[in-house]
Amino acid sequence: MTAEQGGFRYIGCRRRPKEDRRFVAGSGRYVADIVLPGMLHVALVTSPHPAARIVAIDAAAALRLPGVRAVLTGDDLAAAVEPMMSGLDIPKMRRYPLAHGVVRYVGEWVVAVVAESRALAEDAAELVEVEYAALPFVIDPEAALRPDAPPVHVDHGSNLMYRRQFVWGPVEQDFSAAPHKIAYRARWHRSATVPIETFGVLAQWNPAAQLLDVWASIQMPKYPDQLARALRLSGSAVRVHFDVDVGGSYGVKRGLKHSILAGHLARKLGAPVRLIEDRLDNMRGGDAQGPDRIFDVEMAFDGDGIVRAMKMRALDDVGAYAGRAPLQLGKPIGAIVGPYRIKSVQYEPISVTTNKTPEEAVRGFGQSPTNYAIETGMDLIARKLGLDRIELRRRNLIRKDEFPYTIPSGSAYDSGDYHAVLDKVLAAAGWEALVKRRDAARAQGRFAGIGISCCLEPSGGNSTFEPLFNPKNETTTWMESCQVKVDLTGAIVASMATSSSGQGHETLVATVIGEILERDPDTIRVVHADSLGALPSNSPVGSRMAIMLGGAAAGAAKKIKAQLVLIAAHNLGAAPEACRYAEGGVSAGNPAKTLSWEHLVDIAHRKFHLLPPGQEPGLQAAHVWEVPGGGALPGPDGRVQMYPCYAFESHVVYAELDRVTGQVALRAYFVGHDCGVMINPDIVHGMTYGGIAHGIGAALYERFEYDGNGQLLSGSFMDYLIPSSHEVPDITIVDHCTPSPLTTFGQKGSGEAGYLGAPAAIASAVNDALAPLGLHIAAVPMTVGALGDLLATKDHAK
Amino acid sequence: MSQHRVDLTVNGKPRSASVPARLTLVDFLRETLNLTGTHTGCEHGVCGACTVLLDGEPVRSCLLFAVQADGAQIVTVEGLAPDAEGLSVLQDSFCELHALQCGFCTSGMLIAAHALLTRDTDPSEEKIREAIGGNLCRCTGYKQIVEAIALAARRLKGANEPAPQRSGHDG
Amino acid sequence: MKAVDFDYWRPADLAETCALLSEGGGDAKIIAGGQTLVPLLAMRLARPALLIDINRVAELQGIAENGGVVEIRACTRQARALADPMVGAKLPLLAKALSFVGHEQTRNRGTVGGSLANADPAAEIGLAALALDAEMSLVSAKGARTVPVGQFFVSPMETALAPEECLAAVRFPAWREAGRIGTGFQETSIRRSDFALAAAAVHLVLDQSGRCARIAVSLGGAGAKSVRVAAIEQALTGGRLGDGEITASVAQVHDGIEAVTDIHASAAHRRRIAGALVARAIAEARDEALAGQA
Repeated sequence: MTAEQGGFRYIGCRRRPKEDRRFVAGSGRYVADIVLPGMLHVALVTSPHPAARIVAIDAAAALRLPGVRAVLTGDDLAAAVEPMMSGLDIPKMRRYPLAHGVVRYVGEWVVAVVAESRALAEDAAELVEVEYAALPFVIDPEAALRPDAPPVHVDHGSNLMYRRQFVWGPVEQDFSAAPHKIAYRARWHRSATVPIETFGVLAQWNPAAQLLDVWASIQMPKYPDQLARALRLSGSAVRVHFDVDVGGSYGVKRGLKHSILAGHLARKLGAPVRLIEDRLDNMRGGDAQGPDRIFDVEMAFDGDGIVRAMKMRALDDVGAYAGRAPLQLGKPIGAIVGPYRIKSVQYEPISVTTNKTPEEAVRGFGQSPTNYAIETGMDLIARKLGLDRIELRRRNLIRKDEFPYTIPSGSAYDSGDYHAVLDKVLAAAGWEALVKRRDAARAQGRFAGIGISCCLEPSGGNSTFEPLFNPKNETTTWMESCQVKVDLTGAIVASMATSSSGQGHETLVATVIGEILERDPDTIRVVHADSLGALPSNSPVGSRMAIMLGGAAAGAAKKIKAQLVLIAAHNLGAAPEACRYAEGGVSAGNPAKTLSWEHLVDIAHRKFHLLPPGQEPGLQAAHVWEVPGGGALPGPDGRVQMYPCYAFESHVVYAELDRVTGQVALRAYFVGHDCGVMINPDIVHGMTYGGIAHGIGAALYERFEYDGNGQLLSGSFMDYLIPSSHEVPDITIVDHCTPSPLTTFGQKGSGEAGYLGAPAAIASAVNDALAPLGLHIAAVPMTVGALGDLLATKDHAK
Repeated sequence: MSQHRVDLTVNGKPRSASVPARLTLVDFLRETLNLTGTHTGCEHGVCGACTVLLDGEPVRSCLLFAVQADGAQIVTVEGLAPDAEGLSVLQDSFCELHALQCGFCTSGMLIAAHALLTRDTDPSEEKIREAIGGNLCRCTGYKQIVEAIALAARRLKGANEPAPQRSGHDG
Repeated sequence: MKAVDFDYWRPADLAETCALLSEGGGDAKIIAGGQTLVPLLAMRLARPALLIDINRVAELQGIAENGGVVEIRACTRQARALADPMVGAKLPLLAKALSFVGHEQTRNRGTVGGSLANADPAAEIGLAALALDAEMSLVSAKGARTVPVGQFFVSPMETALAPEECLAAVRFPAWREAGRIGTGFQETSIRRSDFALAAAAVHLVLDQSGRCARIAVSLGGAGAKSVRVAAIEQALTGGRLGDGEITASVAQVHDGIEAVTDIHASAAHRRRIAGALVARAIAEARDEALAGQA
């Protein structure tokens, strides 16, 4: 099957991803699969209180149990390690892997027990006695902001971790001038992408080499560095093995506290130490919950539905500790107006602590809740004006001739043709037929609705929200690397500098290198370097790898190609510009003479006497490059370029709603997707289907629910409900390609596709179904319970 | 600590061990027999990552103790391929249609699908979704999995499905 | 999540099972299919000193009919019961209920007796048993006794089983009324195969004239216990089960339906669903009887 986009040889073709084979054979190598002799296991003693002072810990009985090697308290640990960093400038908020002095949420890790097996460690953990003195606590985020609310971090003084009001453009003026306004609240309750594999880490200290080896189920920028720093080790004393298969992450696998704990214990005990979260550990104490947001939004618009200005207040409840998660209020600034031509924006992000499990980065890093908030407004405007929801969007979407388009907060959108994608998905969905289907259902007394969303997927990972939210953190480098070599046998090996969790990076790199060198990607091996051998990387976050790793691999491959041409030119007596490269061989002259790949490789590796003077022997190259558009610090008003490339998705969903039970059935699902050039379509489509499944979960089923005492009520898979094959419908994707001018092949990122637009579209469908009853819901998840009670308010009017 | 002898057949090979009563079948397979292809995602019987065949039927191996499987025939993902270098038609179909991403739920999916195709040679999409309804996946949204199972069914029936091109050498 | 350490024994027969239960005091626990028990063990909510594995006790396997009574031995797999032609023919309500139980993987191990002994208020098998006036056969070292299903379920997760007793079998007496049998089973859960928010099981007989000669309606999932809804049964017996009649009888009891609130649904919503499902199940059973299927 040949590529439709841009006439590529391998890019865009349907090719079997390289990774798949080992997984279907059961030969994946996940952290829990790795066994080291003498390995010890960790179990945790956790807090039953949302807030309490730790009065005393008695581990005598635990230590007496045969097979138990050590018990570690928060005091022990805090003396030996540095506190974990936050993305904000909040030095009085200190965070350690084990609670130090006080516990701040139910499930917080208090004591670590190490034993010869996990079962024994759990037996011993039950014998540890901890005496607590309960303290006041706060669970609700709005209550946490009241002056009388007990601060989660007493030294910090309040629960306010961050607040700033950004004003871009003449907002007040635009509001005054607009004939119409709406104001609404949209609530995104706490959920997360909860991978099926929990977080795990294995650490081994080698005293002879003074080296800590670490294997982890990790997806995190600057993990080796932060781990080394916390353990007071040089970066070169920590070797993180990135060739561990990660069983899904979608943002959340940042187990720094697990790793610090395991690393410290490994050194202290002189034995390898393994910490694998079980599911209960993970849900309550894994610190991997997701955005928990209250949006208060106002939109100012004209009679024809053109939205002039927007005010958005986003309050996010980060839980008991603020790590990187508050920055999820910052990333959406890079697409704060969505795909629309809204000219002025006031944005007020507020990050607040409560006595709940801490949040971590979740797929999209805050963009999906923000898209949900924006799209909720668009549907409300359409309803208010009696305008068709599609027409309203058409009028507001940025037009294809307006790119690059700079939004009020300073980011330029690189390219797009939103109207074309919208047209494609409407055609694929058969919009008119869906409307008829819905109306026919209504005529029979049933409830059905069609939902629409138009959303952006910023990609590329230029994370300027870091210095934006913390001016002391002047980070502007967001690079990625790839090393490529051709060995003496002519085999190509590429080395990537980070872990993968199902995104098909090995296939990505092999395809890109194969494209440049015109060699079969199936013959190109891709390895994951460890952190000592790796060049710098910022890990797969922010939908950045197709762009950044793709670009790095391409850059390295181009250097190799150039080396080959130089060798050939030198040996053919031709100028390099007069040489022709084809599938690894190089030709020159008339009549043409060709030097084959094998011949050129041989010269490079063995025949120094035939090498151009000054050229390095061998055939290898590295490419490290900065994110396009990167390198700038925010201006005083906060304007700055965030992610470079903007993919676009438009969802159309047909849903039926049971009037009595409140159950929602998704009967038809279509999405139009434009992420520029797709390097491997099956991989992109796969992540999009998966993203939609995540979105279905967030929209209808998943919630980390707490009671008034800070107890997590949905702490296992019995109550935290993940969509199965019954809840995810068949999905049709229609692709469009607007290449990015900023990347090697025109590719944009797509790792967050589907998730960013699905909750908005499903909410749109449910509200369309509720409309005949005059009902509206602006909170997700829209559970059976929530919809049931909402529907019941109209029972008397049945 | 109560230790018990178990003798069972795993992937066609007789295996024996002395195990504590509380050792689950999944932990036995993974840790005692070093067959790490079967995974644990929840240890409370919901996610299905631990699915294996016990006497020909798919079961959650986290909900069985190894001692209970004494005398049983167990098949894990490692036992699906015809030989060390090959893949079954089902496994190959998963590769052909990219029915996996991170691979963590994949072993359980393959076992559940294998069990389905053993008793139903022409399953409808509904039947396929039912067969994998107890296996959670967070990566794929299930579509490519359903398509791969349907492809495998067609190929196994010998319908005129062109043999997909095998990838050469894998990384 | 690893279970506490326990001892394990596989008794050869029922007598040995009972002897072990007697000796064990309250610290011995029977394991059948394990689909409910093992998660409790993993979470350390169950902490037995001895696990008695009855999966290979031959006396506890099998389905048989004797003089109109269908007996299912306690350790019969749910999958086997679901596939059994006698269950399909003689206990169609149970067959319907079984199709809602869990997933294929859980039915391959889970047992009919295990589900009953677990007394989960949302459990489908118990609901059908309640509608069918089943009788539970309990045995111990001291002997055997029969407990009607209504007395067997005491409260959520608690039955009339004494610590030294083992559930040996469940018996379903045949309905002797002349006429056509109809069954209805309706369940609402959040995802397919989740615990039911509410479930209704109906078994009825329409006589020659199309009147309801007998009807049993049981409701589960909404409240702490599965219940028979006697008021509806009384209101509808002798009638033609028109939609209006059904709606009226349900409305009468609606506010009295016992229901719990949890994170998944409010009590009010469970009550609403319960009422709707009872009505749907009665209509389903009526239509089935009218169509002559049973």
